[in-house]
Amino acid sequence: MAEAAVLQGQFFITGDEACAEGAISAGCRFFAGYPITPATEIAERMARRLPLIGGVYVQMEDEIASMNAILGAAWAGAKSMTATSGPGFSLMMENIGLGVMLETPCVVVDVQRAGPSTGLPTLVGQGDMMQAKWGSHGVYEIIAISPSSPQEMFDLTITAFNLSEKYRVPVLVMADETVGHMSEKVVIRPVKKEELVERRRPTAPPGKYLPYQPDADLVPPMAIAGEGYRFHVTGLTHDERGYPVMTAEAHQKLVRRLADKIRVNRKDIIRYEEVGIEDADVIVCAYGITARVARRAVQQAREEGIRAGMLRLITIWPFAEGRVRELARQAKAFVVPEINYGQIVLEVERCAGGKKTVLVPHMGGGMHLPQTILETIREAAK
Amino acid sequence: MTEAGREPRNPVDAYLRVDRMPSIWCAGCGIGTSVGCFIRAIERAKLDADKIALVSGIGCSGRVAGYVRLDSFHTTHGRAIPFATGLALANPELKVVVFSGDGDLAAIGGNHLIHAARRNIDMTVICVNNFNYGMTGGQLGPTTPLDARTSTSPYGNYEPPFNLPRLVAAAGATFVARWTVFHLRQLERCLAEALVRPGFNFVEVIAHCPTVYGRLNKQGQGVDGLRYFKEKSVVKNGADPAEADIVLDGPVMLGKFVDIQRPSFCGNYQQVCGKAQKSK
Repeated sequence: MAEAAVLQGQFFITGDEACAEGAISAGCRFFAGYPITPATEIAERMARRLPLIGGVYVQMEDEIASMNAILGAAWAGAKSMTATSGPGFSLMMENIGLGVMLETPCVVVDVQRAGPSTGLPTLVGQGDMMQAKWGSHGVYEIIAISPSSPQEMFDLTITAFNLSEKYRVPVLVMADETVGHMSEKVVIRPVKKEELVERRRPTAPPGKYLPYQPDADLVPPMAIAGEGYRFHVTGLTHDERGYPVMTAEAHQKLVRRLADKIRVNRKDIIRYEEVGIEDADVIVCAYGITARVARRAVQQAREEGIRAGMLRLITIWPFAEGRVRELARQAKAFVVPEINYGQIVLEVERCAGGKKTVLVPHMGGGMHLPQTILETIREAAK
Repeated sequence: MTEAGREPRNPVDAYLRVDRMPSIWCAGCGIGTSVGCFIRAIERAKLDADKIALVSGIGCSGRVAGYVRLDSFHTTHGRAIPFATGLALANPELKVVVFSGDGDLAAIGGNHLIHAARRNIDMTVICVNNFNYGMTGGQLGPTTPLDARTSTSPYGNYEPPFNLPRLVAAAGATFVARWTVFHLRQLERCLAEALVRPGFNFVEVIAHCPTVYGRLNKQGQGVDGLRYFKEKSVVKNGADPAEADIVLDGPVMLGKFVDIQRPSFCGNYQQVCGKAQKSK
């Protein structure tokens, strides 16, 4: 019953709908959310689909509650997700931090609109990229990925679940309004069981199990509620037993591991796509919907004889630092278009080894024109 | 009486993380007493402790999660109830308990409290009400009586408090009761009753806070707090919770105020799922 209800075939659907289907294909059976443009369609799709396949849809009283509900559901053993946009993403921040501290697998989708504040609720933005990395207080690392198409809303939502289960961390799908609302062909392929990652379960019996004793990859196996482990987890700094320890030493050990489990595994986590990069000396670095505009600009630049290429970031956090550093050796300049006033460009610049790094900003409410990016490529190529 | 060579063991120890004792609670605090009642209620109700998930927020009462030998979650300030909602809905087999304080549940978490009651989520919320934020040094909270002194109402409180039983009853809770930490047997029985009921159960436990609230309001030591509860309590089962307002140094109305049945979220949801699957 449950498996038959996973769709298969080709569909002409929006990115938001594809995201919901990706979640279902990944095994997500718990969605808690709160309506917000332009992410509402994800909740609507889940509200229609989950009751048919034995899942739970619950509309919470706000995004704070939604975030906590998916954490609770994850600890009850479910794969869980919420979806929101800027204002709701801001409300979720504290408890994304709780998810990081408790090491809770779950997926948070942010279909970005133009901010700050209520901003342009129905129009595109990419202004939450730094918030995705730094938005919750304290020291931590997070995983964030950015889809560029409805097809990727499907595929990368599955990736997000896999990464969250593997690394026991909330994974952020940093979509944008255009990708969320555009309709395109989406192929919903049969997702094999082997493609899906499930959280590692304890092998030690109750009484011997230490909830925060990591394996070699720095990720501890995870017990779930009701299995007799009688574990304790806390947002306070804790030791391997999960018990609070209020010392700098315990904090050092825990927080370093929480960050390092992402840092040392970055090769496994980081995904990107390259277009015409081999001989490129002007490299456009873009993500989300902006990468699709940039692709056109790069093509036009090539037609003019400029050796332009594109690095499309799929994983945003952790940042593809190593690859940008490599490319910096061959590049004359980096061009970074984004629908904000300069966020990911700071990361590119940091890794550009002093090479010229040019932001092509857009305050939101619309996308770049290929022409605007092309002009910057031309300037950078001089 | 202790056998030679054998540590005296309290029967509730099996449910406690005794390796974490002593607790952070002050001498004379009422929270530990409420935990004892809760644990004896688990036994009384013959619950499978492996199936209990206990969730706390932040504050003195928020530390309960850390001392019980159960699957237990010490979450963020005010968010125990939505976290518990996720647990309860994702696995209806779990017996979900929220154990936290008045500030956590009724101020920062007040919105979640009323919505969980409205949805009639299967859970038992145990709210220790000590009339102030003890952990941070005795500030005024949503239950601080008018005129009471706290560190942020040094001349007397000028905002009226919530009557919690009335609030949650109005929001739709199907079981609403209030006892004090003096009323051990009543509280234990009440919790045992709540723990086996479906739907949203709310038990307010009135506790004294001799270290801050009690000191600021000249209520004496822990034992004086208990004496106050003994002398000033009025047990009135079935009373309209609207009559259960608490005023400074006034009587405290106790008892089971609400005990009704209505469909729970899970029950309703399963029905809707069944219908949706048939009509597909």
